[in-house]
Amino acid sequence: MSRDGSLLLEFTNVNTYYGDLHALKNVNYTIGKGEIVSLLGGNACGKSTTMKTIMGIVRPATGTVIFDGKPIEKLPTSERVKLGIAPVLEARRLFPRMTVYENLEMGAYTQPRGARFSEDLERVYSLFPRVKERRNQLGGTLSGGEQQMVAIGRALMARPRLICMDEPSMGLSPLYVEQVFDIIQEINKQGTTIFMVEQNANMALSIAHRAYVLQTGAVVLSGTAAELRVNPLIREAYLGELKVDVAA
Amino acid sequence: MTTADLFLQQAINGLSLGAMYSLLALGFTLVYGIMELINFSHFNVFMVGSFVAMVTLQMFGLSGQDTILTGLPLVGVMLVAFLASMTLCGAIGVAIERFLLRPLRAVKGPAAMITTIGVSYVLFNAVLLSIGADSKNFPNPLPPLTFAIGGAVLRLREILIWIISLVLMGGLTYFVQFTRLGKAMRATAQDPEAARMMGVEVDRVVMTAFFVGSALAGASGMIFGLYYNLSKVDIGFAAGLRAFTAAVLGGIGNVPGAMVGGVLIGLIEALSGQVVGTAWTDVIIFGILVLVLVFKPVGLMGRVAPNKS
Repeated sequence: MSRDGSLLLEFTNVNTYYGDLHALKNVNYTIGKGEIVSLLGGNACGKSTTMKTIMGIVRPATGTVIFDGKPIEKLPTSERVKLGIAPVLEARRLFPRMTVYENLEMGAYTQPRGARFSEDLERVYSLFPRVKERRNQLGGTLSGGEQQMVAIGRALMARPRLICMDEPSMGLSPLYVEQVFDIIQEINKQGTTIFMVEQNANMALSIAHRAYVLQTGAVVLSGTAAELRVNPLIREAYLGELKVDVAA
Repeated sequence: MTTADLFLQQAINGLSLGAMYSLLALGFTLVYGIMELINFSHFNVFMVGSFVAMVTLQMFGLSGQDTILTGLPLVGVMLVAFLASMTLCGAIGVAIERFLLRPLRAVKGPAAMITTIGVSYVLFNAVLLSIGADSKNFPNPLPPLTFAIGGAVLRLREILIWIISLVLMGGLTYFVQFTRLGKAMRATAQDPEAARMMGVEVDRVVMTAFFVGSALAGASGMIFGLYYNLSKVDIGFAAGLRAFTAAVLGGIGNVPGAMVGGVLIGLIEALSGQVVGTAWTDVIIFGILVLVLVFKPVGLMGRVAPNKS
């Protein structure tokens, strides 16, 4: 692991609004190079807004977002992708009427074509042999698990330094969830930093190094995964100690 | 002419009209596919295109149907007229997008659509004031070469219209299917936010859609002139509405759908004019539009709401 303690992404006092709705309240995150950091929380707590703020789909009203030492909060989305931030979107969001291969090409949209493209394509195909089998099929015709593989592959095609994943386990069968999390760990070991929004706290904390807990737009708890796993509040609210955990 | 020959003749005419509607319908469908905007200025960009072609042909000393060109001069003059009308219309389309619609991009509701109606009237009145309201003779330097197919007549004009249309539609299909920008256009049409997060610059894609769509309207306007031997300030409304119907018929937002829809509308127009009478043409065409909207709102080749799962 290439964790050397230096920061890749940093949110400082970020406030984001949707009209009157205060979606992120003075939020601070730090994500170190080589880390897997997970963002936990219930519905509508600001997790997806965090992802959109990183990608530049929404702009923070105040606060700074620093990527690799550079403020990026005013940059358009395409510039952020060029700097090395790639998304794995909630519900996969493949281009449904484009083939798997074309979806991967879109992932490499900001990359020069040529030898590097073939190299990256081979890397994705070797990580996901199933994606190679399906390369001429339309994105919309794949199963949820296959779509998730393509979505992760599509992010890798951008040669990202940071992958932002929004609910990678959502809607997948337990078997695929296991596989997807194994792959995420594998990608991280190969040197890519991961920031992951996840409802399935159990799975997320099993592979994350650190995590933040969001509640109604504010960070209420943060720490290493090991600390959070034994935190009584987390055990009660997210790990299903008292409730039935449907996701597990 | 026997009845069969009459039908064949009308089918030939219908294919030429259809090619014209297809090219015009593509502009509606490209812009709608990318930004869900019905661009009413497209009607009169088409009209301007036919006048640009007319003026270009006149600059070569052509007027009316008396001067006949052959060989290289004919090909050259035709090519220059098509390119002039396509380039100028493309530029008008880009200007409309850049200066009038982009500032409204973030505004929800019908503001952008209403702006396009306004632009349509500005173009209409600009031409009305500068060129006048009466019908103008459109120069046609094509030799009166004809081929007999049974009892029907195939003119050189038809062949020219079909070749130009096939080349343009083939080129568009190649562009949309295989080029980087074309793929970005398709991705944006299918999921604009996801396309943005792949690094696609949406402004560039929108501008491309306007340029390509308006350039095709320019070519369509020149075809109108060649087909009817005239141009007039109000030709945009009837042709534009029929082309829009063609786009809806094929499934708005769908590129092959607009091509097929345009040809169908052209054939329906020519054949219904023969069978029922030209007075009924609009009744039939817009009757079909209503039926499509009632029974298959996504159009013949359209798809139900995109699968985003």
